[in-house]
Amino acid sequence: MTTTVMNKIALKNPFKFREDEAVPTLTPEQMDAFGVELDAIRARVIADLGEVDREYLYKIVRIQRRCEIAGRALFYLPVIGWLPAVAALSVSKILDNMEIGHNVMHGQYDWLGDPDYNSRVFDWDTMAPAENWKYGHNYMHHTYTNIVGKDRDVGYGILRMAEDQPWRPYYLGNAAYAFGLMMLFEWGVGVHDLEVDELVAGRRTWAENRDIGARIWKKVKKQVTKDYIMWPLLTGPLFPLTFAGNFTANIVRNIWTFNIIFCGHFPAGAQTFTIEECENETRGHWYYRQLLGSANISGSKLMHVMSGNLSHQIEHHLFPDLPARRYPEIAAEIREICERYDLPYNSGPLHRQLGSVFAKIVRLSFPTPRRKVTAVTEVTAAPMAA
Amino acid sequence: MAVALGTRILRSNAVAALTTPHGVDRYLKHINPMWAAHEVRARIVDIHHEVDLPGEPRVATVTLQPTSTWAGHRAGQHVSVGVEVDGTRRTTRVFSVSSADSKPGERFTITVRANPDRVPSVSSFLAYEAKPGQMVHLSQAEGDFVLPDRVPERIVLISGGSGITPLMSMLRSLQRRTHRGQVTFLHYARSEDHQIFREELAGIAGNGVDIHLLHPEAGDPNLSPAYLTKLLGEYSEIPTWACGPAPLMEAVKAAYADSEALSTEYFQPPKSTGVAGGQISYARTGTESANSGETVLEQAEAAGLTPEFGCRMGICFSCTATKKSGLVRNVLTGETSELPDEDIRICVSAPEGDCVIDL
Repeated sequence: MTTTVMNKIALKNPFKFREDEAVPTLTPEQMDAFGVELDAIRARVIADLGEVDREYLYKIVRIQRRCEIAGRALFYLPVIGWLPAVAALSVSKILDNMEIGHNVMHGQYDWLGDPDYNSRVFDWDTMAPAENWKYGHNYMHHTYTNIVGKDRDVGYGILRMAEDQPWRPYYLGNAAYAFGLMMLFEWGVGVHDLEVDELVAGRRTWAENRDIGARIWKKVKKQVTKDYIMWPLLTGPLFPLTFAGNFTANIVRNIWTFNIIFCGHFPAGAQTFTIEECENETRGHWYYRQLLGSANISGSKLMHVMSGNLSHQIEHHLFPDLPARRYPEIAAEIREICERYDLPYNSGPLHRQLGSVFAKIVRLSFPTPRRKVTAVTEVTAAPMAA
Repeated sequence: MAVALGTRILRSNAVAALTTPHGVDRYLKHINPMWAAHEVRARIVDIHHEVDLPGEPRVATVTLQPTSTWAGHRAGQHVSVGVEVDGTRRTTRVFSVSSADSKPGERFTITVRANPDRVPSVSSFLAYEAKPGQMVHLSQAEGDFVLPDRVPERIVLISGGSGITPLMSMLRSLQRRTHRGQVTFLHYARSEDHQIFREELAGIAGNGVDIHLLHPEAGDPNLSPAYLTKLLGEYSEIPTWACGPAPLMEAVKAAYADSEALSTEYFQPPKSTGVAGGQISYARTGTESANSGETVLEQAEAAGLTPEFGCRMGICFSCTATKKSGLVRNVLTGETSELPDEDIRICVSAPEGDCVIDL
């Protein structure tokens, strides 16, 4: 028994806008079977977790700490040391934020029992305080992934990233805002949880933000003191060079993380959902929504490590609390399951996914023409049984 | 001097500001595992088998060289020891220190009996698998079961089985402090062969220390008011420290009634005294089971969950979880609480009636 009416979402031309294509659907029975298959993969990986995962995390941490120490030290070598120092510090911050921080704060390593890498304790080298981020990201974004109006990562409250967000003249600046957000990404993530747009709209009160704001202020003070006062001061007369170096490393990290994260949910083909579609959602539908709302980046092992394995955004969204180093090994299986259920598995090299994201940013800065009634509505209304 | 200055610098606000958000210890340990500014770790320097009978769990004394951050301990206190038992997951258990009072950074020993019933077992790891040179994670010494600074003229120490360890620490400290009063030490073991510290105790005997090693299975008297009276006369006002398994502790408490002269320490948590009835629900996993009156930790494990835990006796807070609603009784103190969204130590909390736990 199979059913589905769908158009394979081919990504041959990323600049062709494809959100109006039919969303592939499954029958409730298929949805359940799909969920059971994914649950089985999860259970198998959890049973297999052990020393190799621990050693991997510790190895990445060792590399990150060494890069950081090397970066801080190289600023003492004027001129020839500056560029290597910025490079080492950028790598340190990227590893700290992605393969270590993001993943540890998802609870991926809580099972180690090591308080240094426990999601309740860990904090990362960026402006966003762990506690705020864990709520907005682990809870709101991972639970309500790509549900317009619920998942605040759809547009981050400033961009128009889905057609379902009604157009306003404000969005004419979509590309400019995206560029600004990219450069200031760590600040953007830091203040994300204040939901300033909701505040302006009067749907949120200052009182609700008091604790969140206090945590941001405390963290920002520490981060600024470290990178822009203490370490530069320690290099004495080289203060301006060290200051500029730390600033550059933070910007490099911002650009890289912004790009990786935007490739995760916004390339052509990644779907958004309405609140109504997701009411009384089953386990299978949750997995289905995570799959359709995410996109992978193909590439080398180094690319995967430097992106915290978020290049496997699909696997991450299906199993956010499995150690990310396991995503590559299960990716082939997920892809095979998708093929059997005739579901799209959105993956492409970085340049293609990025091109597609930026095309979308530009396209959505203008009003979206009224859509034709597509097969989607027909399918959801009356799934065909074959 | 140099060490103290180094430590002061490493603990300074300036170093904290330079190493935020991770803290200086997470950099130091990559250079040398014995370097620390705040955390306490130790290197195992020696493992000595105290009792090693065929077919019996081994008892071993482990000598630990702590980092300079170890603040020292008072005789009778205990310490949490964390090890990666299967090379992967850190497991933490609490052990009494068995050596005399230690000063900051000084070596000390713990004496452990392997507990093969519990997997993973820190005690079995230390007794059978650990090797000198390995690192363990420590807490600072904790606990109020200690001798006062001015030790009374006449004191009584009572222990059973491996409950001897904190009292051995006290005895050793008294020897070192050249206590001139009278000490009576009663220890219950299964047989002479099971006796921990046998030779050292033989050496201590005399000189104001009166040692009675009792083996009830071989016909020696059990602890009773009559026996204590025969040995000590009017005993109930003599300052007494007692540590051992639950049956011995019940006998000691009964013999001393409400006397304030008695201080006790269980080395096993008392059996839970919760009340069965109602449902216990686990919010995160959606599991549910009938409340058996046992501790939340035991019930959760019986229901197939694997909550985090450490000491299993209410000391280390590893198992802290949020109780969403319901009334729980602390099995150590008998206190009850029914605040919603309250953090509880599930190893010593037993629900009475319906209860929802975020596990």
